[in-house]
Amino acid sequence: MPTVKMQVNGKSVSGEVESRTLLVQFLRENLHLTGTHIGCDTSQCGACVVHVDGKSVKSCTMLAVMADGCAVTTIEGLASGAQLHPMQQAFMDNHGLQCGFCTPGMVMTALDIVNRNGNNLDEATIRKELEGNICRCTGYHNIVKSVQAGAKAMEG
Amino acid sequence: MAENGIGASVRRKEDNRFLIGKGNYTDDISVVGQTHAVFVRSPHAHATLNRIDTSAALAAPGVVAVFTGDDLVADGIGPLICGVTVTSDDGQPHRAPRHPALAQGKVNYVGDHVAVVIAETLAQAKDAAELVVVDYGVLPAVTNTADASQPGQPQIHNEAPNNVCFNWPFGEKAAVEAAFASAHKVSTLELVNNRMVTNAMEPRAALGEYNSGTQEITLHLTTQNPHVHRLVMSAFNNLAPEHKLRVVGPDVGGGFGVKIFVYAEELVVGWACRKVQRPVKWTADRTEAFLSDAHGRDHVATAEVAMDAEGHFLALRVMTQANLGAYLSTFGTMVPSYLYAFLLAGQYRTPLIYSEVKAVFTNTAPVDACRGAGRPEATYLLERLVDIAAADMGLDPAEIRRRNYIPKDAFPYQTPVVQCYDSGDYVAALDKALALADYAGFPARAAEAKARGKRRGIGLSSYVEACGIAPSAAVGQLGGGVGLWESAQVRFNPTGNVQVFTGTHSHGQGHETTFAQLVTELLGVPIDSIEVIHGDTARTQFGMGTYGSRSLAVGGVAIAKACEKLIAKGKKIAAHALEAAESDIEFAAGNFTVTGTDKAMSIAAVAFNAYVPHSYPEGLEPGFDENAFFDPMNFSFPAGTHICEVEVDPDTGEVDIVRYSAVDDFGKLINPMIVEGQVHGGIVHGIGQALLEGCRYDSEGQLLTASYMDYAMPRADNVPSFDVDYAPTNPPHNPLGVKGCGEAGAIGAPPAVINAIVNALGIRHLDMPATPEKVWRAAQQAA
Amino acid sequence: MYEFTYHKAESIEAAIATLQQSDDAKFVAGGQTMLPTMKHRLASPSDLIDLGGIAALRGIEVNGDALVIGAMTTHATVAASAEVKKLIPALAGLAGNIGDPAVRNRGTLGGSIANNDPAADYPAALIALGASVKTNMREIAADDFFTGMFETALAENELIVSVRFPKPQAAAYMKFENPASRYAVVGVFVAKTKDGIRVGVTGATPCAHRGLRLEAALNKDFSPAAIDSVELPVEKMNSDIHASAEYRAHLVKVMTKRAVTACG
Repeated sequence: MPTVKMQVNGKSVSGEVESRTLLVQFLRENLHLTGTHIGCDTSQCGACVVHVDGKSVKSCTMLAVMADGCAVTTIEGLASGAQLHPMQQAFMDNHGLQCGFCTPGMVMTALDIVNRNGNNLDEATIRKELEGNICRCTGYHNIVKSVQAGAKAMEG
Repeated sequence: MAENGIGASVRRKEDNRFLIGKGNYTDDISVVGQTHAVFVRSPHAHATLNRIDTSAALAAPGVVAVFTGDDLVADGIGPLICGVTVTSDDGQPHRAPRHPALAQGKVNYVGDHVAVVIAETLAQAKDAAELVVVDYGVLPAVTNTADASQPGQPQIHNEAPNNVCFNWPFGEKAAVEAAFASAHKVSTLELVNNRMVTNAMEPRAALGEYNSGTQEITLHLTTQNPHVHRLVMSAFNNLAPEHKLRVVGPDVGGGFGVKIFVYAEELVVGWACRKVQRPVKWTADRTEAFLSDAHGRDHVATAEVAMDAEGHFLALRVMTQANLGAYLSTFGTMVPSYLYAFLLAGQYRTPLIYSEVKAVFTNTAPVDACRGAGRPEATYLLERLVDIAAADMGLDPAEIRRRNYIPKDAFPYQTPVVQCYDSGDYVAALDKALALADYAGFPARAAEAKARGKRRGIGLSSYVEACGIAPSAAVGQLGGGVGLWESAQVRFNPTGNVQVFTGTHSHGQGHETTFAQLVTELLGVPIDSIEVIHGDTARTQFGMGTYGSRSLAVGGVAIAKACEKLIAKGKKIAAHALEAAESDIEFAAGNFTVTGTDKAMSIAAVAFNAYVPHSYPEGLEPGFDENAFFDPMNFSFPAGTHICEVEVDPDTGEVDIVRYSAVDDFGKLINPMIVEGQVHGGIVHGIGQALLEGCRYDSEGQLLTASYMDYAMPRADNVPSFDVDYAPTNPPHNPLGVKGCGEAGAIGAPPAVINAIVNALGIRHLDMPATPEKVWRAAQQAA
Repeated sequence: MYEFTYHKAESIEAAIATLQQSDDAKFVAGGQTMLPTMKHRLASPSDLIDLGGIAALRGIEVNGDALVIGAMTTHATVAASAEVKKLIPALAGLAGNIGDPAVRNRGTLGGSIANNDPAADYPAALIALGASVKTNMREIAADDFFTGMFETALAENELIVSVRFPKPQAAAYMKFENPASRYAVVGVFVAKTKDGIRVGVTGATPCAHRGLRLEAALNKDFSPAAIDSVELPVEKMNSDIHASAEYRAHLVKVMTKRAVTACG
């Protein structure tokens, strides 16, 4: 079985995997980082979004072996101790989550949106950029508010 | 109001763990020695099972066991049950065909459970599942609701001739016919209520563990009601006695009804972990969820309303065919009957209503409750019919509603369909909604849109929801197999913090926060010192779970009652400690005081006294821990008016929701932030049904919409932000003055959206989902 | 997913060599179509050869009046590229609307055209812009490249190196999205080129094609109104639960008109 090595949330990790092991399976099962979720099998729901080398990817649509040598950031890697990342805090302050299942992917996508579009985001941009993340609970209203507020907070 | 108490938009206590990736969903839990289950599912909608050969699968690497229906029968496990009886027009109970957890002799829908393969790894189980060889004798299938009971259709169950589960008439047929015969005007509508797949974002999962030392099974499930799961699996499925079965619903990633029911996979996992003496885990992938989750809605109906010359409704007649799928799901019979026909009065004082519901079996996944459950179907039918009636009478849709509303001074109002509404002010909600939506300004906006080549439409819907189903005696009279009370235990620890045990379950609703707000309001304990605990039969007392927007209106009251008991006991303890008469003790803001003095004792000190009863009232039990049950006298009746404004692109048929206003009556709000979130989510669920979501089978029973590639879920760019307001009234029978809010949006939205599209196009009707092609064709015909 | 042997190729030559030594190997680019297909067990290659490590396959170059985009260049890179935005902004717009942001960070130009999904966006652009596909063996004109549903002119041991897009005078792409998958129900790419108007149509038929009838009308009169009288062969259009053939034919015309308007 291939061995993969990568940096996950700043720590060097390695493990033996089958070639067919998905990155999300490696994160959840080998590393027990269960914050990254699996909500579909067609790369659409976005519950599995993590960052690989600083870019958002759907970790259900990337093999673990493809991430060999990469730096991976998951939802578990955002907060500093008890201090939430400003985007996490914005989701809490704006009630941008209900059941919490899509939330890790939403937050990771939100950060990617800010990385590419800056801190002043209008509603239309946010809604378009969230195309790859499905939420059944919130109706998106408060997720949009959260991303907008989080982006602003990241500026300061 | 206490700080963080009733009415405060407190940030949710549960959010921190979800935001840092420390939620604990069923699939997140792994245990030592765990095996993985994969189900072999039928690729055919209707077939005999001639032979199942498991030998190659058993020989595959890592395979621990392969089981079929015969193995379940041998151990006396199952079948699955339906918990509500509906009496058919022949006086007999509904037809209840046997529903084996693993098929016996025949499969009846694509995705039906044929065998289970248990292996060391998930990949090995999947590999081996392909090696199970099944000889199917393919039979013709019937999938279509309207066709299922027609002559010459394939018969699915011997027990149900013509595939009819029940034919259930309700109401005064002759009186309704007489009213129609003498009416000034009759408006008629035929419509489809499209089948939905509920699609909680967390797929269903189960993890079973068996302790051979204690003979106890622990089953972690994606459940909305752990005790109901345990009860059904113990009492009816013969899995294990209740005291030897622990069901845990940990964090659950959305429910919307789909996680109420007892499913084949859950029962099989619970049984198999004992059989193989190893923990067994199963998690649905999304395609399995599409195939095997209980679906929702799926009606075809004809509705007629008789009116006088002023547009007053004289009588309503509704003929409905409802698709129950291949087998009865746990509450499948109840949804298109009691939860549907009893809501057909809506907000109107229609004096006569007659309904016939024919429920049919088809070769499709079982159908059961999906957010709203019966009530969206009733509301959609009624609110579409009201718009048709308005058009036929030449009245504005707002005006015809206003003319027919039950007036606010008529409550309690006995409808002709069982329900007695306790409170409401429908005109107030309408007026507020019209203002919020700038209804008066619509013509100018429509004209401006027309200049841009777009057609703008506006649509109203006024709904009543009956939620918090009650009282238990009425549930029993209707044929329900359970009571629908709720339980609570409020326990002070000696150090003064509080654990609240509730029989409800939270899967996104924020109970850990709302219930803590209730307790901080009532007991004055800081919210950070209150922990709400749910979802584990080994930790919480028996409770009925969360569905039908019941948790606060029923479960919340049970918590309040337990708090009252604590205060009553606390007065005795405080009276003793403060050397005063019990009748002189008052309680407020967390302190017991002696009237007219400055003598006081905090409730935390009282709790400590109760656990360290060195100086204590004689004869009083130690401890500061009370439980309570609440069985409401009636349902709760949230209501509201929603107004949707759309722009239709006539060239493509695309519908853009440009404005959406909701004014709801939920009684008193405990946490307005959470309530508003529930409204948003419900509205988008309803918009999804109206515009995007349509579960489709082909004539051979293949599911055409089996993934997000083909089943259109609402995404962020499909919907706008919403204008939400409230027009509360006080429900007199609810001690907290609260009503339910979780399903309202999904009930109010579909007719508001379709009414808006119909208005934009100037047409009579359009069935959901209003896909671009359908809208384009309608626009062509209207032009 | 069935198990397979994974190879990370260091060079084009190594990739080809590995392919030749394997039973039933497949190249994988970003994997955004390949991996879901394999997850559903609809494909079972013996070996997967990951092209992600081959630097020569990545990058965007301006070559005279054309853009040369490496096969392994992601949609996100194309969408964000200053060169693409400057030379062929419609192409940047197209790339920026494939899938969703996370998919665009993995999905590649080469992977998209090699797969030739009937509802993919890029084929319409290649056809309309008169692009050419450079492989390890030859250069193939876009008109000859897309041969059928999920079929291309690529030979067994052939690997896409880059695509050359000549700069048009003006171009626009209009897509009508499937509300579920967000793939194109219909996508129309209109380009004003030195050889006249070229129209690439995707989603409408089993394989992306040149809209010759549309081109004829637009070459006479480059205006939305010119499309009104064009008769499209409904019988050749795809039909599924999302859109009938008739609706698709209609949408081709609507999207063409909108693209023409956007060309200015």
